[in-house]
Order: sequence, then C-alpha cells, then structure tokens
Amino acid sequence: MLELKNISFEVAGEDVQKEIVRDISLTIPAHKFVVITGPNGSGKSTLAKLIAGIEKPTSGNIYLDGEEITEKDITQRARLGISFAFQQPVRFKGLEVVDLLRIASGRQLSAGDACEYLSEVGLCARDYINREVNASLSGGELKRIEIATVLARESKLSVFDEPEAGIDLWSFQNLIQVFEHMQKRNRNGSIVIISHQERILNIADEIVVVVDGRIADRGPKDKILPGLLGTPSARELCLRQTRKGDGR
Amino acid sequence: MMDAVQKRLLEEVADLHKVPEGAYNIRANGQMAGRNTTANIDIVSKEDVSGMDIHIKPGTKNESVHIPVVLSQSGIKETVYNDFYIGEDADVIIVAGCGIDNCGGEDAEHDGIHRFYLGKNARAKYVEKHYGSGEGEGKRILNPGTEVYMEENSVMEMEMVQIKGVDSTERKTIAKLSAGAKLIVHERLMTHGEQSALSIYEVELNGVGASADIVSRSVARDTSYQKFDSRIIGNVPCSGHTECDAIIMDKAKILAVPQLEANDVDAALIHEAAIGKIAGEQIIKLMTLGLTEEEAEEQIINGFLK
Repeated sequence: MLELKNISFEVAGEDVQKEIVRDISLTIPAHKFVVITGPNGSGKSTLAKLIAGIEKPTSGNIYLDGEEITEKDITQRARLGISFAFQQPVRFKGLEVVDLLRIASGRQLSAGDACEYLSEVGLCARDYINREVNASLSGGELKRIEIATVLARESKLSVFDEPEAGIDLWSFQNLIQVFEHMQKRNRNGSIVIISHQERILNIADEIVVVVDGRIADRGPKDKILPGLLGTPSARELCLRQTRKGDGR
Repeated sequence: MMDAVQKRLLEEVADLHKVPEGAYNIRANGQMAGRNTTANIDIVSKEDVSGMDIHIKPGTKNESVHIPVVLSQSGIKETVYNDFYIGEDADVIIVAGCGIDNCGGEDAEHDGIHRFYLGKNARAKYVEKHYGSGEGEGKRILNPGTEVYMEENSVMEMEMVQIKGVDSTERKTIAKLSAGAKLIVHERLMTHGEQSALSIYEVELNGVGASADIVSRSVARDTSYQKFDSRIIGNVPCSGHTECDAIIMDKAKILAVPQLEANDVDAALIHEAAIGKIAGEQIIKLMTLGLTEEEAEEQIINGFLK
C-alpha cells in the first residue's frame, strides 16, 4: 500500500515558485488498479515521478507499506518494490533486451523466463531477446519492452506514465490488451497508470482525477468515469485521436 | 614454460586457457614461447628483423592462426614485424593481441607492425586485443601499425579491442582496396587515468565497387585523451562509411576527425561522429530497475563497448 500525505512539489519559475503538485493526499491500496487522469499539465506525470523518487517533494511524506520513503532515492525505492515505466522509454546503444530484463529481474534469466515476459507484452521473444534497445526499435516496440522490464521486476507497486504517449493507434490497441491481461492476473501488486485513454480508464478499479495539481475527484470507476466523458480531458483525447487518424 | 602472469595475460588477449589448436606462435618477453604450423599455414621467422612471415595457402578454409604476445618484464621495448600472406579463396581467422604486465619502474613497450596481403576472394577475420596490468610506475605502451592490401573481392573484417590498462597507444591502420574488396573495422576503446590513445585510419578505395565500413566506439574516463582520425579516400565508384561514437566522462578529452576524400563522382562516402556523456535518463532508468548510479554507469559502458 502506498500513501501520499500532503505532497506538494514546486519548481522555480522566472520570478515565482510554480506549484505543480498541491497538497495531494492519496492512498493506493494493495492489489488495486488505479488510473490517475486529468488534463495536460495537471501534474499527473510529476506525481508519478514523485512516487518513483525521480523528483523529491517540496513538502509532505510518502509511505510504502507503512515505511516512510520520502527521503529514499530511486534505487532504494526500486529495491523496496516500486517500479516505473517511462512515458518516453530510454534507448541504450549496445544494451540488449535480455540485458534490461536481467537487470530488472535482478537474476540470471533463462531464455525461457525472458520469453515469458516478452510474450506477456505481445512480442515474439525469439525476435527481440538479442535486439539492442536502440533507435532500430519502433515506439510501440520500445513501449512493450519498457512494460516487460516492469513485469520482470514483479513489484509491489508499478507506475506507468502515459503508456499511450508516442505510439500509434494500432500499437495502442494491442497495448490495452497487455494492461487488461495484467489487470486480470494482477500478480504485480498495485498498478498505477497515468493516462487520458478512455479504454485504460475503463479497466480501472479506481480513478483519480487531478486538475491543476490537486485531486478534483476520486472513486470507483463506475462512479467517476461517466462524469469524465464530455470534460476537457476527454475532448482533448478525442481531438488527438482524430488528428492521428487524419495523418494515417 | 610460461609463468602464471603470462598465462593470465594470454587469457586476456587471446581468450586462451591453454595452447591453441591450429597454427600459433606465442611470444613472451621477446622470445618465442611456442609455435605450431599446419599443412596449410606456415610460420617462418624473419631473419633481418624481429617477427615472422605467415603463409596461408590458397583455398585454406576454417583454420585459425593465433599470434599472442605477452610482456611481463619491465624495461622491454620491442618492435615486431609480422607479414600475413593470405592465399586466394582462403577463409581464416587470425587472433593477435598483446598483454603487458608491468610491475617495475621502467616502461614496457611493444610495437607490432602487421601487414596483410589478401589474395583474390580471400576472407580473413582479424581479432586484436590489447590489455595492460601491473602496479609499477613504468608505462605500458603499445603502438600497433597495421597495413592491409586487398586484391579483388577479398574481405577483411577487423575487430580491435583495447579496454584496460594500456597507458599510451598510437594505432595506425592503412588499407588499400582493389575492385570489389570489402573492409569492415570495429574498434572498441576505453581509456582511463592519464592514458592517451590515438587511432588513425587511412583507407584508399582504389577498385570499382570497393567498400569500407569503419566503426569506432569508445569511452574516455578520468583525465584520459583520445583522438580518432579516420580518412576514407574514394578514387573510383565505391562506398565508404566511417563512424566514431564516444562517451566522454569526468575530465577526459576526445578529438574526432573523420575525413572523406572523393576523387570520383560515384564515390559514395559518409561519416558520422558523436561525442557525449551518458544520458541522465539512461542512468535514471537503470536506477528504477534497482541499480545504484555507479552500477548503472558500468552497465551502460559495458553494453556500449560490447
């Protein structure tokens, strides 16, 4: 279980301090699938980074299973069981997919183990295991590999920052199945996804709506989702999808 | 008999745990420590200078030649000339390499001059590893010179690796390619401490359809210095590509000088050079997988130089 207590995060602007996250208190219960949504610039991704330790809060406290982790760095939080999937997966010249999976799992992976993680994200292991994680991989492939590294960690808490960003609609359709599958099996403890995608919102147990750095609404999916349809974030989503559709 | 230090050096530079199969010549502290020839591969010592002639008969297939050199005495300085004559249609692997363990106060230096003459349609894979160790103040110096002369449709693939412990190196490789010949070079280099490494290539594409691909990946740490100077000259319709990709760390310095010279309108030549530090997001990504910052750096470098 993850608890955020009165978390705020400010960055120094030109003249004034800008508050990106304002006094957010939130509990992510164990074995729940929680989607954090909201308009662009509302502070969702920052919130995800604060959980992973990539950013440190200006004030407030973070607890994982009752233990305070506010001052712990990225590595320490990772070792305590927090995983983070990047919005823009990082490329590495020379490191192969199997290397990342091995680092992620923290053990010598057999080819069979590595295959299992890759199959779960819909990649044929044989074709990918020795591919370099470099620019030769498409956005969709990188995204799946990024998710596979998180699966390989078998964490208490997995945070996915906008998994739909930067991939085409076709890849996204497939990605949804990956999350549906994860949600069903949910062996990875709690899952937090930052997303605007209705189809991802639709498989959530709980939805948290963040607007302007604050929690505007939260609750079970059935209660929150109907109210979201027709809101600015949903409209924005529609526009984006239309633009993508035009471009293809 | 070789001692433990020499055996360890041999392992580092030639992946040899014991005496190799096939043709070999092992040189230890300036002396021949072992030699074997085969029906197709003859090794003959030179009479005028230090070194040997290696004759590979035309049509020799799937054979290998190992010619490692180990130095474990301080104060040795040697220049060795090895000439390889690779007959037409042969297909061989040549493993060279030099390991220096210098525990003394004097410099130890090995300058190996290798010349390769590839006959028509011959193929060779050349693997060269350099390695230095030892706590002494004396420097470990390696200055390899490589010349490659390629007849029609011959193929030479060169893998040159220097990852650890060599204080000073100046490597010069020149190649002249006839029609349809193909040269592929993969260089991997890491310098640390106050080391310096110069790597110079000069490749002439003289025959129609000749091609060269020279790729260097390097990491410079601490206050070390690297210079990569690669020049491809296209005199006929041909294709050439040279690439230097370097990670710079700490207070190191790197100079990359790719050069292209086209003397024919159908010479297609490309160069690429990139120098940069390890991206912060790469380190963060590996930290989210549970590595410390230092472990993440090592993984990134190991992968880059793999």
